[in-house]
Amino acid sequence: MAAYTPKGVLTTPIFKNNPIALQILGICSALAVTNSMSTSLVMGLAVIAVTAFSSFFVSLIRHQIPSSIRIIVQMTIIASLVIVVDQVLKAYAYEISKQLSVFVGLIITNCIVMGRAEAFAMQNGPVMSFLDGVGNGLGYAVMLLAVGFFRELFGSGSVFGLTILQPVNDGGWYVTNGLLLLPPSAFFVIGLIIWGLRSLNPEQVEENEFKITANTKAKEAV
Amino acid sequence: MASNNSIKKTLTVAFALCIVCSVVVASAAVVLRPTQQKNQAQDRMRNLLQVAELYKPGKDIRDLYDELITPRVVNLKTGEYAEDKNPETFNQFEAAKDPAQSITLSGSDDIAGIGRRENYATVYLVGDPDSPDEIIVPVRGQGLWSLMSGYLALKGDGNTVVGLSFYDQGETPGLGGEVDNPKWKALWDGKKIYPEDSMDPAIKLVKGGVGPQTPDAIHKVDALSGATLTSKGVTHLLQFWLSDEGFAEYLARFRDKTQGA
Repeated sequence: MAAYTPKGVLTTPIFKNNPIALQILGICSALAVTNSMSTSLVMGLAVIAVTAFSSFFVSLIRHQIPSSIRIIVQMTIIASLVIVVDQVLKAYAYEISKQLSVFVGLIITNCIVMGRAEAFAMQNGPVMSFLDGVGNGLGYAVMLLAVGFFRELFGSGSVFGLTILQPVNDGGWYVTNGLLLLPPSAFFVIGLIIWGLRSLNPEQVEENEFKITANTKAKEAV
Repeated sequence: MASNNSIKKTLTVAFALCIVCSVVVASAAVVLRPTQQKNQAQDRMRNLLQVAELYKPGKDIRDLYDELITPRVVNLKTGEYAEDKNPETFNQFEAAKDPAQSITLSGSDDIAGIGRRENYATVYLVGDPDSPDEIIVPVRGQGLWSLMSGYLALKGDGNTVVGLSFYDQGETPGLGGEVDNPKWKALWDGKKIYPEDSMDPAIKLVKGGVGPQTPDAIHKVDALSGATLTSKGVTHLLQFWLSDEGFAEYLARFRDKTQGA
């Protein structure tokens, strides 16, 4: 494996190796919080902070961690950071933290954070791990903002709370798409984005795990 | 590296890590608590000011609240003020969970779906507390998905609605979530809760729109389209909190005064 460069670890996860689009990690929170741009942004920032600092601290003590309890050690660090982030949001971004409710706490279970701690921070230095955490957090945040943009624009007719398409409910012309405000719609949006990214970068397409055999019973039903 | 896996090392690392993390978490919680409590209090005050249509963006919420609103604790059974309870510290939502300070509601009594009802509730009076311009009462009840909590502001006659606003609800966005829509909330202005000389609230949501021709239009508000169960929840929670299980006894004192005059 080639040596990591600061620029490489920071930018690769955004498009080339996006944690959501390529690794399909962190989907559940991406479904839950993307119904508006502002919640997506705050959630993205929270995840950037948590991934960056948890990678940093894990990397800092990586030579001391006994391998038998390394996962627990990582979880403890991540969980502490998540609680701190949650407390800070409650103190300084009260409205948004009310909307995000439990999902800030659920960053603990976000596979991206744990994945980076285990896969990268355990083998690399603190600074590089920090940048890797920021990069992966950014990859997550960019994806959240992209999904949030479509969901808020077509679901509520606004972007960051500013009305773009005047909805019918407020006397305008735009009939809002209620489906986009519900979590399942994020599946469609994420699916379309993954399709787009893989069409642009065909090397991201995974090989088939098995081949679909030809239909052997091509007979007319009598 | 192998020495890292000795029992002693494992225990030391685990112990040290727990100490460090707990100190970090505890200090974050302690340092930030005052700001968080201020936020919660401000949020509640803003909701109160908004439902009473007194909110002015840009003005300090605390000043506006202190100037205009007086909280009081009411005994729901007698409708009298409970002078022995401090309205600044009394928390009716805590009281509702305490069997000593609340009653269990069963079956047909519990139309709002809240399970327990506290014996004392905090009301907020706008203007002179002895003959208030507006009375704001807290209401809550089950919608389709969530417990909806909000405030209902009434005029000084204890019968005419000024506004209804939910500060906490988790109904379907775009359908039941439209309880937050300002256009819908504006429909409540001027509606009457009680028919003359009755203690039973008549206010309810009805399907199909409310026009001037609708019989009893004064007690009816257009339901939310596509949100039958949320609308039912709103009707039920209002009927519960304005019945004699709720604030009817208390509000009667204001209604008598105005009807007598």
